[in-house]
Amino acid sequence: MAKMMYRDAVVTTIAEEMERDENVVVLGEDVVGGMGTPGGPEAIGGIWSTSTGLYGRFGADRVIDTPISESAIMGAAAGLALSGKRPIAELMFADFIGVSLDQIWNQIGKFRYMFGGKTKCPAVIRMAYGAGYNAAAQHSQSVHQILTGMPGLKVVMPTTPADVKGLLRAAIRDDDPVIFLEHKALYGVSGEVPDDKDYMIPFGHARLSRAGQDVTIVSTGLLLGFCEAVADKLAAEGIGCDVIDLRTTSPIDEESILDSVEVTGRLVVVDEAPPRCSLAADICATVANKAFASLKAPPQAVNPPHTPIPFARELESAYLPSADKIEAAVRKVLAYR
Amino acid sequence: MQLSREALLRAYRQMKVIREFEERLHVDIQTGEIAGFTHLYCGQEAVAVGVCEHLSVEDKIVSTHRGHGHCLAKGCDVNGMMKEIWGSREGLCKGKGGSMHIADVDKGMLGANGIVGGGAPIAVGAGIAAKIDGNGHVSIAFSGDGACNQGTTFEAMNMAVVTKAATIFVFENNHYSEHTGFEYAVGTTRDIASRAEAFGMKVWRGDGTDFFSVFETMREVLEYVRVPGNGPAAVEFDTERFFGHFEGDPQRYRGPGELDRIRELRDCLKNFRKSVTDAKLLDHADLDALDAEVLEAIEESVRQAKAAPRGTAEDVLTDVYISY
Repeated sequence: MAKMMYRDAVVTTIAEEMERDENVVVLGEDVVGGMGTPGGPEAIGGIWSTSTGLYGRFGADRVIDTPISESAIMGAAAGLALSGKRPIAELMFADFIGVSLDQIWNQIGKFRYMFGGKTKCPAVIRMAYGAGYNAAAQHSQSVHQILTGMPGLKVVMPTTPADVKGLLRAAIRDDDPVIFLEHKALYGVSGEVPDDKDYMIPFGHARLSRAGQDVTIVSTGLLLGFCEAVADKLAAEGIGCDVIDLRTTSPIDEESILDSVEVTGRLVVVDEAPPRCSLAADICATVANKAFASLKAPPQAVNPPHTPIPFARELESAYLPSADKIEAAVRKVLAYR
Repeated sequence: MQLSREALLRAYRQMKVIREFEERLHVDIQTGEIAGFTHLYCGQEAVAVGVCEHLSVEDKIVSTHRGHGHCLAKGCDVNGMMKEIWGSREGLCKGKGGSMHIADVDKGMLGANGIVGGGAPIAVGAGIAAKIDGNGHVSIAFSGDGACNQGTTFEAMNMAVVTKAATIFVFENNHYSEHTGFEYAVGTTRDIASRAEAFGMKVWRGDGTDFFSVFETMREVLEYVRVPGNGPAAVEFDTERFFGHFEGDPQRYRGPGELDRIRELRDCLKNFRKSVTDAKLLDHADLDALDAEVLEAIEESVRQAKAAPRGTAEDVLTDVYISY
């Protein structure tokens, strides 16, 4: 085990996979950085430092710095994947799916089915998502609800550095397209990471980060830490929470959620995306459908309000689900009847 | 360069297969037995065949919603295609793609595309892959005069230049983007190749109703793009669309006598026949024999498509990752 930051787990895993398989290539805006400048290549190794050093190790053919052309980046990833490569395309901000959505939604996600199963499309699309940086409405969003709703895509949302390693490696080796969502506010978080260069976490297997008998809390990403803090606080009062880190939203580990709710009878889903048609709403509906008899209280969803993400510090703080809001939701399900 | 008798016969046959495939679809669609939207390639055969006769299976093409011609020219199976369009589970894409999404990656055919402008970025990826492998293979992005106005096409052209992708942008100007005239919709110079030129590409132009013009132009284009390091190029072929945008299109935008005129003067098959018989390279009997053979092949493909098994509810759930 080695201790490393979330962002270093990204670049380390990419490098290990590029070492292992020459078909793995990286492309995106500023993934090399500095091309065509007096500072020269690698003057910046990606704005998130998630591709630092790759160009020097693997060269321009495999680390492809692109113009600001998100459709062309996603399209190129599609064409590379159909031509025997394993592209890892970086979308600098998840919000930029807007300008490239056709290639993700209508092309990459549909090839295998639309072409009758005769092709695979092993593309990984990495993107930085999430609020907390006062980056406002176009650079802070959580886009998993949009992408999880698209058939043909797998959607991964790691919370810990170890999960980055296990899930990113699984994504790169997967023959289907995988959306890999990295939370901006987690890039600097450190954790123990397995050294094994084949360490992989299969998709659709949630992680139980806290165990308890009274309430099930489901989340992932930045907000999972808030949920853990709430669970730890309530544990001191003798209230036990199962805190489930989904890890992937497509596939989703329905079984772990249902098993937990069958014991606790109470569900709180904490989701950074807007409330309507959300992951939280989807999970609440699934539990209502499949574990109705176990429920002791109506499932609660904790989402931001249905607004664009505001800029100012106090506005963004008010917008985001907080530990207080999560705790209030947990107490609400506990107090029911 | 003079083509061999075999090459001439093959080129004619390829064009004729596309022509009869489309003419037959035009008839069968009117019976209501074929579902969905169909966009016929009739009239543009010289482009698909003039391009693809130069390609190996290692070369990749990305096509358009008007893609039957490109698929057939690149080697997709006629019977598999007809079954696909009829919606059989024995179709090239098991009846899951249909007319607008026919693909056969093993043949280097990376897909027709229901999204206008969707294909060019994908071709750039294939062109980057070819560049990385350094083996002289290329990718072709077929686009029409409609797709040439999409931002994705511009992004793709710039990206190809920047990455030196081995990609050729083949623009087929059939004068209509759906139901709107080229002279209206393509602004500024009313010329597509010059746009590619503005991105820094070498460009060529040719007559898309003349197989020999397309074939000889593409020989030059391919000689250039197959040299590793040269990067992309573009070519514009002026051509004609004999049918509407989609089957059922009343084509009220056409001028008086326009369809008769282009069928008379701008038919690549008639032009080919005249060229090769005038030059005594082939005689009418050779071509007539091919005509009969192709007609029978198309008839057979329809017979097979009508009799082929249909998909089931279980088939809906295969060939895709599903989590519910």
